[in-house]
Amino acid sequence: MRRQLLAIVAFLAAMALVPHLVDSEFWRNWVMMALFYALLGQAWNILGGYGGQFSFGHAAFFGTGAYCSAILHVHYGVNPWIALPAAGMAAGLVGAFIGFLSFRYGLRGSYFALVTLAFAEVLRILANTVPITGKGVGLLIPLEPGAANMQFADRTGYFYLILAFVGLALLLTLWLEHSRFGARLVAVRENEDAARALGVDVFRTKLAAITLSGALAGLGGSYYAQLFLYLDPGIAYGPAISVEALLVPIVGGMGTLFGPLLGSFALHGVSELAKLAFGEAPGLDLALYGVLLVLMVMFMPNGLFGMGRTTLARLLGGRRDA
Amino acid sequence: MSEVKRKKSISRRAFVAAAGGAALASGMAGFPSIVRAQRGPVRVGILHPVTGPLAFSGNQARAGAMMAIETINEIGGIRSMGGAKLEPVLGDAQSKPDVGAAEVERMNEAGVSAIVGPFASGIALATTQAAAKHNIAHIVDVGVVDQVVTRGLANTFRFGPGLSKIVDTAIENLVAINDGAGKPARTVMIVHEESAFGTGMSKVLNEKLPGRGFQIIETISHANPTRDFNNIVLKIRAQRPDIVIPSNYYDEFVLFSRTMAQQKVRPKAIYAILGGAASSQRFVKEFPDAAQYIMDCNHWYDPRNPVAQELRKKVEAKGLYFTYELFLNHECVRLLAEALERAGTGDRAAVIQALASSGFANHFMPYGPTRFVNGQNQGAAPVNTQVQNREIQLIFPKEFASAKPVFPMPAA
Amino acid sequence: MVELQILLPAILNGLTTGAVYALIALGLTLIYGVLHIINFAHGSLLMLAMYAVFFLHAGLGIDPYLALPVVVPGFFALGYLLQRGVIARASHGRDENILLVTLGVSIVIENLARYFWRSDTRTIETPYSFETVDLGVAFIAVPKVVAFAGALLVTLALWWVMSRTDLGRAIRALAKERQGARLVGIDVDHIFAMSFGIGTACVAAAACLLLPSFYVSPGVGHTFVLIAFTVVVLGGMGSFAGALIGGLIIGVTESLCGLYLGESLGQIGIFLIFIAILLFRPTGLLGHRA
Repeated sequence: MRRQLLAIVAFLAAMALVPHLVDSEFWRNWVMMALFYALLGQAWNILGGYGGQFSFGHAAFFGTGAYCSAILHVHYGVNPWIALPAAGMAAGLVGAFIGFLSFRYGLRGSYFALVTLAFAEVLRILANTVPITGKGVGLLIPLEPGAANMQFADRTGYFYLILAFVGLALLLTLWLEHSRFGARLVAVRENEDAARALGVDVFRTKLAAITLSGALAGLGGSYYAQLFLYLDPGIAYGPAISVEALLVPIVGGMGTLFGPLLGSFALHGVSELAKLAFGEAPGLDLALYGVLLVLMVMFMPNGLFGMGRTTLARLLGGRRDA
Repeated sequence: MSEVKRKKSISRRAFVAAAGGAALASGMAGFPSIVRAQRGPVRVGILHPVTGPLAFSGNQARAGAMMAIETINEIGGIRSMGGAKLEPVLGDAQSKPDVGAAEVERMNEAGVSAIVGPFASGIALATTQAAAKHNIAHIVDVGVVDQVVTRGLANTFRFGPGLSKIVDTAIENLVAINDGAGKPARTVMIVHEESAFGTGMSKVLNEKLPGRGFQIIETISHANPTRDFNNIVLKIRAQRPDIVIPSNYYDEFVLFSRTMAQQKVRPKAIYAILGGAASSQRFVKEFPDAAQYIMDCNHWYDPRNPVAQELRKKVEAKGLYFTYELFLNHECVRLLAEALERAGTGDRAAVIQALASSGFANHFMPYGPTRFVNGQNQGAAPVNTQVQNREIQLIFPKEFASAKPVFPMPAA
Repeated sequence: MVELQILLPAILNGLTTGAVYALIALGLTLIYGVLHIINFAHGSLLMLAMYAVFFLHAGLGIDPYLALPVVVPGFFALGYLLQRGVIARASHGRDENILLVTLGVSIVIENLARYFWRSDTRTIETPYSFETVDLGVAFIAVPKVVAFAGALLVTLALWWVMSRTDLGRAIRALAKERQGARLVGIDVDHIFAMSFGIGTACVAAAACLLLPSFYVSPGVGHTFVLIAFTVVVLGGMGSFAGALIGGLIIGVTESLCGLYLGESLGQIGIFLIFIAILLFRPTGLLGHRA
């Protein structure tokens, strides 16, 4: 636990130096977006990685967080900093609602995955229809630069904000790994019936996980809204976010503390690499990205973190033998 | 197109390697940012969604911009800068706002003097904002949503018309066409797609059309994609409106007008606003019967302009279609070249100033001389076209018209 | 209130559209039922098959319906190789990895299509594209009638393969009990690949029947894939008759919801049914619990 905590602190400290050391605004932005997707991945990881419940619909939480803070700000004049916790709570509530229904009826595996997908779609259609979201026209947050409005003219503020969120998610995950709740969650993942036999309240455990996961993704949504100042139903609830949220931790290593971070940086690196190779031929870079994705899964079935750990163990083990 | 790219643009590989290297070399060591080269070519960011759902439009737009750059370089580049060539820096927004904004950062590092793009309004809101941070002039090619230019960003210029202007013009022209035929039409049904432009358009129409003597029977919003249009067409058939106003993307427009033909529904006019058919030669060629007499209020070029005619021939010789994305981007690049010519430098602030005082009149759009007020070209306006015997004719306004409107639609 | 003169044609239209959904879902339900995987590549395989049909028509003048004997076996082989050569090999038999691999495959196929064939929407015009059958209450486009008949025939053919052939028995055995099937000497990898091949062949048949009344573009798969999942769940994963009935129900639901709630909001009906089925009867209408 202490070693992990140290690693988190070291990581955050290193990242905190990025705006000062990296002069290229492109790469600063790149790191920032990698952190953003890492946050979504960490949210997914709590439910999917530790709890074993695969969600295909994390956009439902992301979008709710985004719309909640934007609507509070645009229609009710609520300061974004105050809207932020509200966004997290709203997304957590959506998580609790979806979780309540699906876990109540014992949905598991692909059934659960599909039901989350369907809920995200329902929310997308609703966002397209109800006036408060601006329907298809979308919701534009007025440009009022100033830290008080959570709009940072100089992007460093955005950088530290997402870093803070990632730090929060890391600490939350660390706590999870060492708490009784986390132990119960992992027990549910490994074998639901056995966990129940041991006296774990399976339903409540999963419900807590999806609520927590949703709330974190909602913070990500609120951040996105303040960063790009525009939302429409496709951006908020479209499948792109759901896919990113699950790709990042699975590639990085499900159910591990640093897996989502590794996954996000690796995927964004791979995407950059693909652009480097074929950036000017429309589609070819994304095709290469797909190939690399398949190859990563083929050669690192336990995710990057898993592979890193195995390699490290082997190296260390080898040295000890010698 | 790919040949052009290979020859004229800096390779992305070289650029990212340079940017990355610069970041490491200068950034890590705490050096100030890269000083942009004072001599040599002027770099121009060409940013469009060339993959993802908007890829068709994005690729058309890119082709138009690249052809303009090619031509400008062939005839001697920017003369006031000693014949400096334009050098495109290509970007792909992947139909996502956050990717578009990241591409702006990339272009900033590449030292672009201006950016042209990014087709969609949702992406434009993100990219103009990102470009504003670096004081890069951003010429918006299409992005019709009004808010793209009303946010007070000094770097943002939209050459084409915004949504309000388009809908207002569409209403004026509809009234004029109807009056000219002796007012045969009174009732209207609107069929629009559910995203920004369709929804925005139907809102304005519902506010303004009743005051102009038209009764709106029903407004139908539909999803993208909609797989079957039979229900919508059945409703139209049951309620017999005089005029049907569709506003949707290409795919849905194809299905819609095909279903109208299959169900043998023939109102007095199909009057599209930013619709697919009458502004797409592909549709007219593939479904001449379904396309016949469809009117559209959309971006269009001046058909009598020789530059436009020649460009169209060149485009078609490449196996591409001469669509509004293509020629608008072509003209946006020429607008930029004219500003560069007056600025005499690729300096970003100077380019913004030159664009703000632009009087660019040598274009082939039916606009009149360019004049930007708060970033919106005041002369920009859509026109009306109509498909007549497999050709898209400009029917309104009269000073640019190549044919007379056929209204009401003759019985089949 | 909507009158009868719209209601009846709307139901008929829903049935024909639903038949197309069923066609696409048939292959998916087989793959789902046997391999227990959510095949993200299904939509892009549909797109690929539609391009095959398109180019056979544009290049060689082959009618989409006559392309069936070429495209269907071709895609069977493609599906077989895809499962055996890529998906099985890359996924190490783990669900989350299968998911990523099929996702990766779909990204590759879709973007290669963009690169090679550009992002244009393409349509074909056949002599019967605008022909309609007058049913008295409604005109139904001829291609839709053909697709309806095609869905019935494909369902029947699949049912026959599954219940009357050794291959079908092996597939069913595998779907029920993997270990047991292995013990009695069934070549599991081969049968998995056969199932994936047959599923892909079904989607190719769907492409032949769909193209005359639709369009093809690199993103066209997304238009149908979610609906296909809905149909599979509704009908019961692995059930062909279920997929057919599910497709028809979804088609009619979509049509009626569109009529009463508007085409935009009406889409919600499909997903509400989907959620309700998942919650209250996750085995679907005709499925068995796996």
